Amino acid sequence: MQTIYILWLRQLKRYFRSKARIIGSLGQPILFFFSLGFGMNPIYQKAGGGNYIQFLAPGIIAMGIIFTALFSGIEIIWDRQFGFLKETLVAPTSRLKIMIGRTLGGATVASFQGIMVLALSFLLGFRFQNVLLLPVALIFIFLIALLFTGIGTAIASILKDMQGFQLIMNFLVMPLFFLSGALFPLEGLPKTLSIIASLNPLSYGVDGLRGSLINSAHFGMSTDLIILSILTGLILVLGAYLFSKIEV
Amino acid sequence: MIEVSNLTKKFNGFTAVDDISFTVGKGEIFAFLGPNGAGKTTTIKILTTLLRPTSGKIILNGKDVTKDKYQVRCSFGIVFQDPSLDDELTAYENMEFHGVIYHVPKKIRRERIEQLLKFVELWDRKDDLVKKFSGGMKRRLEVARGLIHHPKILFLDEPTLGLDPQTRNHIWNYIKDLNKQEGMTIFFTTHYMEEAEKAAQKVAVIDHGKIVARGTPSELKQQTNTASLEDAFLALTGTTIREEESNHIDHMRAHRRFMR
Repeated sequence: MQTIYILWLRQLKRYFRSKARIIGSLGQPILFFFSLGFGMNPIYQKAGGGNYIQFLAPGIIAMGIIFTALFSGIEIIWDRQFGFLKETLVAPTSRLKIMIGRTLGGATVASFQGIMVLALSFLLGFRFQNVLLLPVALIFIFLIALLFTGIGTAIASILKDMQGFQLIMNFLVMPLFFLSGALFPLEGLPKTLSIIASLNPLSYGVDGLRGSLINSAHFGMSTDLIILSILTGLILVLGAYLFSKIEV
Repeated sequence: MIEVSNLTKKFNGFTAVDDISFTVGKGEIFAFLGPNGAGKTTTIKILTTLLRPTSGKIILNGKDVTKDKYQVRCSFGIVFQDPSLDDELTAYENMEFHGVIYHVPKKIRRERIEQLLKFVELWDRKDDLVKKFSGGMKRRLEVARGLIHHPKILFLDEPTLGLDPQTRNHIWNYIKDLNKQEGMTIFFTTHYMEEAEKAAQKVAVIDHGKIVARGTPSELKQQTNTASLEDAFLALTGTTIREEESNHIDHMRAHRRFMR
């Protein structure tokens, strides 16, 4: 238990000490709010969709979470390169505990990032539909964070250096984000896009956030919760397995 | 305490360790010597469960290194050759982290951390981030960290690299004390031959992945008919300078600096 705690604490300390990272990772959401949010709002309203900022905010919150979460997972590669990973791997502690501590730490940090984007969107005019559902939104925030930290951990356990990281950002993260319904409604899409979106785990995260924050879920919040939980469970098992196989 | 039989490790066709066998007795101070790239660090990585051997059998404290990894990890401590500190944590936090993951009870942990940080003269810098430390300070911190828990076997991979003679001497006295008082088995590598000659009871020399000589320092000197261990070492391994393949750590360092 203490092992998990100290690994969790380490992730938090590293995050809060790097102010540049916290502020830097707010830059992208702000850009999206200004360009897409305020840019598309007039035409979105003309088309009868309502306020686009309201619609977009949950998607941007999800974006803030997944970038921080994946990065936390990917940090294993830094630790490998700078030798600290060895220090944890030779310790008389099960690798499962190390992996759990790290992942929980990463997920906590990413959730915090999500909450910051939520606060930011509030400043930019976003309003909750139902404040009572806020705890549910927090659950979704944490689940998305956990899922993507797990994905990051799994990937980082296989990669040897940062070269592959760019590849993953371009061929995994960007498609996941753009094809998730974070930016557009999932209703009335062309068949192919609709199928892709329903296979994308992030779609359920964004949908759950939308359900709890603006009361408009496409799949339904319980479906979102179930699918997200199962996927998170599976990814964590896979991540733990790959992490236990690491050689330095 | 350590029994290695017919250990071989190949990386994509390159044989780093070639069918070596040796034993280290309980409470012994054992020096594992060899030129750069001879296979010392690879052997240590295998002994400490970080790498799987291609073939061969290793028993550490009665447990098989490839099968009972967890029990094996419970019985040793290690100071790595290359850096393994967390730069973004303070000196104290690095020590505390180590103490916790090695299950050192809180009271003993706090006492030892204070004692060791004072010992390596870093106590007044304990709350500084490690990234602000010089190379020598980092090295001292790493050695101190490796001594927080008292394992049955202590691996030291070039523990005194880059340290001045005073500090080296200081650290060796501490390690010898641990060896005497707790019967700790010490397995170390070094490039300072006079250090090996002074500290080690047994020596093995490895070159090109093979063990070329074994015995006490005086036996090796007799065998090669030389006056010092350094001369014996040169007689055994020749005088050609070895190229060590660069790992990508140097590359990564540059990269990280660039990213910031």
